Amino acid sequence: MSRIVGIDLGTTNSLVAYVDDKTGLPRVIPDRDGQVLLPSIVSFTGEGVLVGAAAKRQLVRRPEATVYSVKRLMGRGYDDVKEELPYLPFAVAPADGIVKIQIGSREVTPPEVSAIVLRSLKERAEAHFGEPIEKAVVTVPAYFNDSQRQATKDAGRIAGLDVVRIVNEPTAASLAYGLERIREGLIAVYDLGGGTFDISILRVKDGIFEVLATNGNTHLGGDDFDRAVVRWLLEDIRATHQVDLAGDPEAMQELRLAAEAAKMRLSADERTALTIPFDGFTYHREIARAELERLIASLVDSTLTPCRMALADAGLAPADIDEVVLVGGSTRVPLVRRRVQELFGKTPHSQLNPDEVVALGAAVQAHILAGGITNMLLLDVTPLSLGIETLGGIVSVLIPRNTTIPTNAREMFTTSVDGQRVVDMHVVQGERELAKDCRSLARFELSGIDPMPAGMPKIEVVFLIDANGILNVTATELRSQKAAAIEVKPTYGLSEADVERMVEESFTYAEADVEARLLIETRNEADTVITHVERALAQGRHLVGDDERRAIEAALAALKEARTSTDRDRIREATTAMNRATEHLAELMMDAALKGALASRRADEIMER
Amino acid sequence: MDHFEVFGLPRRLAIDAVELQRKFYELSRRGHPDFHQGASPERQAEVLAASARLNAAYRALRDPVARIEYLIRLEEGRQTREGATVKPKAPPELLEEIFEIQEALQEAKSGGLDAAARETLGAQRERLRDRYAEEESRLRGPLSQAWDAAEPNERSARLTAFKEALATRAYLRTVIDDIEEALGGSEEGYVPHRRH
Repeated sequence: MSRIVGIDLGTTNSLVAYVDDKTGLPRVIPDRDGQVLLPSIVSFTGEGVLVGAAAKRQLVRRPEATVYSVKRLMGRGYDDVKEELPYLPFAVAPADGIVKIQIGSREVTPPEVSAIVLRSLKERAEAHFGEPIEKAVVTVPAYFNDSQRQATKDAGRIAGLDVVRIVNEPTAASLAYGLERIREGLIAVYDLGGGTFDISILRVKDGIFEVLATNGNTHLGGDDFDRAVVRWLLEDIRATHQVDLAGDPEAMQELRLAAEAAKMRLSADERTALTIPFDGFTYHREIARAELERLIASLVDSTLTPCRMALADAGLAPADIDEVVLVGGSTRVPLVRRRVQELFGKTPHSQLNPDEVVALGAAVQAHILAGGITNMLLLDVTPLSLGIETLGGIVSVLIPRNTTIPTNAREMFTTSVDGQRVVDMHVVQGERELAKDCRSLARFELSGIDPMPAGMPKIEVVFLIDANGILNVTATELRSQKAAAIEVKPTYGLSEADVERMVEESFTYAEADVEARLLIETRNEADTVITHVERALAQGRHLVGDDERRAIEAALAALKEARTSTDRDRIREATTAMNRATEHLAELMMDAALKGALASRRADEIMER
Repeated sequence: MDHFEVFGLPRRLAIDAVELQRKFYELSRRGHPDFHQGASPERQAEVLAASARLNAAYRALRDPVARIEYLIRLEEGRQTREGATVKPKAPPELLEEIFEIQEALQEAKSGGLDAAARETLGAQRERLRDRYAEEESRLRGPLSQAWDAAEPNERSARLTAFKEALATRAYLRTVIDDIEEALGGSEEGYVPHRRH
């Protein structure tokens, strides 16, 4: 069997891992610079497509053309995501059953953007092994529905990867922990990532990892923490500088990145400060951890309800859980840890790096599928009930949530009119009584039924949820034992023809010369530096002497000139020289901003008295 | 192959849960699709179907009440759940109390509930919960044992007894859920969505 890698396709970061044949342990694969995490960001520049760290550097420069957190849009329709669109600087438009991202004149779908991230990981793995990689296990949030899973599979295909298995993130994490760190018993995996939250309850016994129940929210994660901080910062900037930055995509992106960084620092420190130079003013603000906790408390608390629901579905009380495992970068937030500890009454495990553990688990599952591990087996469940719409719009549940997969259910259909040759059915996923309140998966049309009096045909439809959590439907007319023709009209997602076309297109887009891509990257870096220096000179030229100012201006002119060449090394040298020339100015500006902030606080204190 | 046969069990309701789980794990190890990735597409399709059948069988037999519901279907020769839903029916001895509850629930919908009404509803919910638990233990205990001990000619009467108990249980569940909704689900651990 050919090699299968494990991929964690995350909201914020993605990574690829494999199981080392010699040690039998999973390992993450770093890129050429030794970086393990690939930021799940794609930037569409005029000259080509950037991905990862290079794309991340474009967030502020090209907010409209740099796509991040695309996982929140996977397999979703416009109505599902429109509430969060104000927070995204790129344009998202409704399309037939999906959304499209508009980058200038080009339109891309969320699976195509994810495919660019996947392809980069594929290339990383190929460079590591020196052989082509064609198969992967890809993880998704446990609470992803059928359309979101299908969209992830489509992304793999567009990237030239056969996704041999979709695995749920919390269960993948339990496999990684299971290799050495957890004893047998009842395990709760609390997985809070950049954009999604899952809770899974498992029983581990004799190498079998049986998921008893899962619950979650596919729209809740660290991104939402950042947004809460950004809203607060916007308010503060309005009050202190009388400026509203909400309509400025570049400023919003700067704020988001600063908020994210401050949030991360507050996991270790009690207080932190952020300083952001904007056009015309420099914003400085101190934040205490308590302030952050006040801003995110309701978000953190909203993860506890799914935890209680999963426990109830598993027929367990919090005290029954033997071990709690924390997964996902957002579980580094101390408030999250405290709440989880309070709920389960025990200290959670977090020995494995929460950013890497899902990819490591995906690698373990890949190794199981490749035949490398035979004493471990994962029995996962379907997170949402599957049903069909019946008379009056009521849902008849065929497969209840938390059923072990693969699984199937049979249902009989017949005709209601003499000579009827076609029967329609509407398949939904969700826990509500009415079909309109559930998630529409697809409409199926059974055709080619021989004309008979009403009620005579007996069509048996088998609904099969495979080990990926994806639905397959087959139908048989029992009298003739003839397979009935089924036409599937998925409510959300790409058609087979769309995916085929995207697979073709991806080759033409992706085969861009590596050298050309590196040049674009180097130029973009130079552009970023140029913008910053010009802004700094405008605000702080009075802080430095004439000689120093002239030196900076000379370096700036040299960099601008170098930027027009195609010599990468020359551009890089000029960029480095520019950075050196402005080091002193940057320090002076930082000091001035701090003094300014201090002075304004004193003024506040005086006012209060 | 019916769900009992998948596990090599006779068609009896008394099933040892620990033994069922052990057997489930053993069969899963043998037939899970994960261990047959290298097989031909035809073989993989067979493995997938067998694995789906095993999991469906485990789901139906693991829970004592789901086991009874499955048994009724099987005895009545129905392949699917079609027509299997039991119509909820109020327990006769509680009719008067349930009438009061429904009035209170109507009031809750049109206006609010005062503290006294909330307290009354809370107490009524507790009584219904007890009654629900009682109906469930009757299903799992004496009724299941009576089925296993029944002669062939008694079976139809036994099935009817199951259906009546299930109907009562379903009715109580609905009323308890309605009360919880009216009381606002403020209670710790309250699960607002449907049970199966």
